[in-house]
Parts: sequence; C-alpha cells; structure tokens
Amino acid sequence: MTKKDYDDIPGTFVFDADRSRQGYHLNMFCSSLRLAKNREAMQADPEGYMAGFPMTAAQIEAVRERDWNGMLALGGNIYYTSKLAAFDKINFQDLAAMMTGVSRDEYRDMMLNGGRSIEGNRYTSEWEDK
Amino acid sequence: MAKVTAGVGVSHVPAIGVAMDTGLTEQPYWQPVFEGFKFSRTWMKESKPDVIVLVYNDHCTAFSAECIPTFALGCAAEFAPADEGWGPRPVPVLKGHQELASHIAQSVILDEFDLTIMNAMEVDHGATVPLSVMFGDMEEGDEWPCLVIPLCVNVVQYPPPTGNRCYNLGKAIRRAVDSYPEDLQVMVFGTGGMSHQLQAERAGLINPEWDKRFLDLLTEDPVAGSQIPHVEYMREAGSEGIEMVMWHVMRGALDDEVTEVHRHYHIPASNTAVGHIILENKS
Ligand SMILES: [Fe+2]
Repeated sequence: MTKKDYDDIPGTFVFDADRSRQGYHLNMFCSSLRLAKNREAMQADPEGYMAGFPMTAAQIEAVRERDWNGMLALGGNIYYTSKLAAFDKINFQDLAAMMTGVSRDEYRDMMLNGGRSIEGNRYTSEWEDK
Repeated sequence: MAKVTAGVGVSHVPAIGVAMDTGLTEQPYWQPVFEGFKFSRTWMKESKPDVIVLVYNDHCTAFSAECIPTFALGCAAEFAPADEGWGPRPVPVLKGHQELASHIAQSVILDEFDLTIMNAMEVDHGATVPLSVMFGDMEEGDEWPCLVIPLCVNVVQYPPPTGNRCYNLGKAIRRAVDSYPEDLQVMVFGTGGMSHQLQAERAGLINPEWDKRFLDLLTEDPVAGSQIPHVEYMREAGSEGIEMVMWHVMRGALDDEVTEVHRHYHIPASNTAVGHIILENKS
C-alpha cells in the first residue's frame, strides 16, 4: 500500500477505501441493526444472525467480544459499529470511554474539562513513549 | 425571484437531539448548549425562510456501505426521520420543495456538479438536530415552519469532497436559486463538527483554537477556509471533525462579504465541541 499523509495521526483509523474493502461485511452487519426487525433477530439468535454476513473469523470474534477498537482495526467504521453499540444500549459517549480505556465517569469528566487536548496528540511520534 | 438570504453553520450532535426529546435542556450540563440558540430561534422567527437547503451527512442510515454518493440531493416530497438504532426521533416529517429541488439538481448538473438525485430518502440526526436547535421543541402534530431540501455529503468514507469543491458547489447552488422564478427566501445550512473524534484511542479530541480560526475564516476569508486540506481537519480537529467541509457549501452560497450576526461555541456536547454561526447577506 502507498504511504498516506494521514498514517501518522495517532490513535485513529481513517476509514478509506482500503479499510472499507476490508470491513465491508462487518459494516453491513452493523448497519443492518438499525432496523427493529433485524435487532429482534439478532437478539433471538446472535450466532445465527451473524452467520448471515460473510465476515472473517476475526471480525466475528471481535463482534462476540465487543472489542470495539478491534472492529475498527479490522475495517469497521465508527458510524457502523455505533449501530451495534446502540443495539447494546451504549451511546456514543460511553462507547468512546470504552475505546479509550477509561471509565464512563472519567471520560465524561475529561470532556467537561475541555476534552482531550490537541497538544501531544497530533503525531504518532508523540505517542511513542506512551 | 428566489434569493439566498442567510447561512447557518451548526453542529448536529445526536445527543443534543436526545436532550431535547427527553426534556433535559434545562439541566446544568445542557443549559449552556441551548443558551446559545435562544438568539437563533428568535432570529429564525423573524427571518421566516420559505425553504432551507440543509447540507448534512448521513451516518450510515439512509446509505449503507452498499452505496456512498459524494453529493445526494433530496428531491422527494417528504423525508421521514429514520430509526438509527434507538427508534426514530419524535419530530415532524420534513417537507421538501420538489420544484426548487429539481431546478437545483438540473442547474448544478449542467454546471458540472454530478449530483445523485434522491426521490425517496429517510433522514437521520444530521438533518433533524439542526432543525430542532434552530426551531425549538415541536409538539405532536406540529410541522416544521418551512420546507427543507436536504443535501447529503459523504464524510463517512475517506475522501469526502474537498473544501474547495464544497465551496464551489455552494456557488452553483446560489446560481440555481438566483435563477428560480418564484419569490422565495432561501437559507442554506451547513452542519456537522466542530472538532471531535468519536473513534479509537484518540476519541474525545477537542481543539478550540482551531475551531475559532475556522469560524473566523468562514466569515472573513472563505476562500482561504475552503483550501484547508483534509489531513489538517483530521489531525487538528479529530477524524470526525472533517464534517466541517460541509460548512463551505453554505458559505459558497452566500455573498463574498457577509455580516456575522451570531456566534456560539461550547464544549462539550457528548464527545463534541458545539459550534454555531449565523451569516447574513448584505444585499
Ligand atoms: Fe455528523
């Protein structure tokens, strides 16, 4: 793959054509959950419902484990995976807390204090010591 | 003749819609968010637009991964609020202005902007939240006070259209409106942003200095603003901050010189910096 000018943004998956190709069936699975009848089917038989989408074994495992960052690494996009989160009754803010590895309250407090600063968070090189 | 009177830039954070739908707007967390829209609601009542061209992005609601149009214009008679996973928002159905929408589609396509035409489409929080914050609470049976032509922009799969392309599409929409024979007051809304990142380990990123500069450029030097490269939005304003390209469509539809009549900025609403600006044409 060619070098991309956004590859050095830390802690970020840019959902470009390469990721879209990789995550297509995972994203189709997630977005299907926007409809109530599909949510009911998923509720009734998660494994059977997932089997309707030709995802990779790793993607299925990430869904089972609700490994939110793992889904993104496997081509998921946040707007799609948020539909799976909604299925679990998790909103965007609590989902963000899970992806950043802090508690719900810690994340909410960080946002109330102005959010995550841009300082030290522009380049992957700034994260190397973390 | 139809004319473009003003432009509105506004974030469309889904949690703002939830706060309105569940009666939380007076809570200390939400009160400062809504305080900044008091002026705007009065201004909307006084300005009485006939039609809003509402530039927003669909969040994998009307469009799944199967089909991702860069620009899609809503030409239907109406647009129902969609179920995004939590049930549809309890807000009125949007009524379109089909003749103006078709006129805009024809005009901008001949102007070499190859739009997708949507004759059936549901709309998500990207379209309903800006209407809610600008018009206020709606009771059951109410209708939105004006007609709405939704214009969807892809900002989900990289790359979205460039700021420059969005700005020039705004100019083409302006030419289309200017050539429409009916007397109509048209507003253009640019929605999304401001700085925010929803995903992965950098989620929660906020950059108020960058946002302020963006708003300043929007008012004073829109051409410079339209030249901001994608990587700068993603690095400086968060991966989802790139939604702000849509504000350039609104700005392009206005005069080169505008009057900034209102600005509001607040951190946070959920994961996001809320930004809002009202720009009026002088003529
Ligand atoms: Fe959005």
